[in-house]
Amino acid sequence: MSAVDVRDVVRHFPVGQGLLRGAFGGSARAVKAVDGVSFHIRRGETFSLVGESGCGKSTLARLVAGLDAPTAGSIRFADAEQKGHRVQMVFQDPYASLNPRYRIGSAIAQPMRFQKLVPAAEVGSRVHKLLRQVGLADADAAKFPHEFSGGQRQRVSIARALAGQPSFLVCDEPTSSLDVSVQAQILNLIRGLQRDLDLTCLFISHNLAVINYVSHDVGVMYLGRLVEVAPTRVLFEAPKHPYTRLLLEALPRLDTRGRDRPPIAGEIPSPLDPPSGCAFHPRCPHANERCRVERPELRAEPDGAQAACHAVAERRIPVTVHGSANG
Amino acid sequence: MSSTPSLSDALLRVASLRVEIPTRHGALLALDDVSFEIAPGEVLGFVGESGAGKSLTGMAILGLLDPPGHVAGGEVWLGGRRIDALPPREMRRVRGREIGAVFQDPLMSLNPLLTIGAQIDETIRTHLPVGAREAAERSVALLRSVGIPAPEDRYEAYPHQLSGGMRQRVVIALALCAEPRLIVADEPTTALDVSIQAQVLALLRKLCGQKRTAMLLVTHDMGVIAETADRVAVMYAGRIVETGTVEELIRNPVHPYTRGLMGAIPPLGPVEGPLAQIDGAMPRLNARPPGCAFNPRCPDAVDRCRAAAPALEALGTRSVACWVHGPTAPRKAVQ
Repeated sequence: MSAVDVRDVVRHFPVGQGLLRGAFGGSARAVKAVDGVSFHIRRGETFSLVGESGCGKSTLARLVAGLDAPTAGSIRFADAEQKGHRVQMVFQDPYASLNPRYRIGSAIAQPMRFQKLVPAAEVGSRVHKLLRQVGLADADAAKFPHEFSGGQRQRVSIARALAGQPSFLVCDEPTSSLDVSVQAQILNLIRGLQRDLDLTCLFISHNLAVINYVSHDVGVMYLGRLVEVAPTRVLFEAPKHPYTRLLLEALPRLDTRGRDRPPIAGEIPSPLDPPSGCAFHPRCPHANERCRVERPELRAEPDGAQAACHAVAERRIPVTVHGSANG
Repeated sequence: MSSTPSLSDALLRVASLRVEIPTRHGALLALDDVSFEIAPGEVLGFVGESGAGKSLTGMAILGLLDPPGHVAGGEVWLGGRRIDALPPREMRRVRGREIGAVFQDPLMSLNPLLTIGAQIDETIRTHLPVGAREAAERSVALLRSVGIPAPEDRYEAYPHQLSGGMRQRVVIALALCAEPRLIVADEPTTALDVSIQAQVLALLRKLCGQKRTAMLLVTHDMGVIAETADRVAVMYAGRIVETGTVEELIRNPVHPYTRGLMGAIPPLGPVEGPLAQIDGAMPRLNARPPGCAFNPRCPDAVDRCRAAAPALEALGTRSVACWVHGPTAPRKAVQ
């Protein structure tokens, strides 16, 4: 059963609005940050969005968290009408997301007080319980954010998000500003909490290895659209879309050394002026006339993956179906 | 220059480098007894967590430490010449001419008010005896060699007109324009997306390979090191704790910190249990524990680790600074 259903969501940001717009008649130009995205997340699972900067993944996260409203399309939570429905978010920068003048005890107590989740007399003990849950100590409640390292601050941010007793958690690049050994601590914490509390998560990251570790399903975004959606193992073991393959190949790995193979050239085009047809066609080694003209839609493959690619649909490129190789 | 103690054919030799940052509460020891060598054409990667001193090592070699931080001991030799105590004027000639630098944020390295061409021309003419016309020709050729499309047009462009990946290519062109013998690249691809990162790393590898330019590559990303470097030095709290070839360090890390670092990297395959994690965080410079700085987080620490800091000593083809797993350890502890 899906906990959240995102359907045909669009978010356009108009550009060139300002003083001059009235004088010169204005332009209809818009950055199509999210341009028709549909996916759903099953209850208790983690769905991840991966893509490079500017692909719209953070905009989509903000839309799902309710921090921004879509230009078109719908985001429906299954339990939206019920009492326990709450969405919380963990942000990338633990330095910017904590008020430096609040002791972290008050920062964590804030969502409980605001939403009247806990009787006033129990707030203190609940704060201590949350601090212990994220691996901090009771005494830390009296400290200010500057007394903590980046990893500890991210623990505080997670404790604050949990204080709101969310049924749905949005994590936007929660480990991107952390060192790898601290990242491992936070990833273990998030995965553990998600299991223990039966949270449904939307997880955003540009790091495929992090995505692989935390997610049940993965959506790959390129220029505001999903180009592939697949269960995690299927995506990593049998990627379909040429862009997914590019991302996986470009990833520096520990087991390959000084590869000679030339990386795929080109850069992400401007979302102000996306290419016609499939937005990936200028960089795609398999693009043909159809790709230049007709925008592909997500199409299901037998292994549960969905890819928006004419070359995959027409089997113009060899497509590995997950699981079939092993019989 | 009279007493050159270097016996090896190393291009860069750093011996017992020590960097201190004076504060009101006494001097902080930011780099302690850092020694390593880089041969011509070799890529040495420096890896470690933020604050471990890897960037500081690069900056100390470039003579660009932010005051009041300063070199408080040790020596830096570049091709038989000692460069850690040069007067600022002479050091300026070394930078750019003999050592090129690439930093994380290309916008910090480029002047927003000058065209790309003007900046490369200026650097070429500062370091090489060429006229304006030849400098311009060289600039365009350089832009082409770093993979910038339509280099004649880009020569006239300002930094803001280029994408992040293109800007970093310009910075690499700037670093290479006087054909230096060493490049210090500090997180050169950290600000870039993964597909652009792959392009820039391939470019750095190719250009350094062609000219036998040595490179000191500072990064927090072990994957970047694995792809690009020949040897790697792992830093922790201002000291090198392990060095060796990339293959041996990845396949068989010896120091508990290196092991923890490798275990903490999420793999791309299926992961059942939790990731290996190193509990705690690296100590701040003013709260360094006595003995080995890693001992409070180390699963193998013994009394000796809390009493004295181990030196970096050779163990086969690598070097390790560890009482328990290093060469001075009891036989059984060495794997």
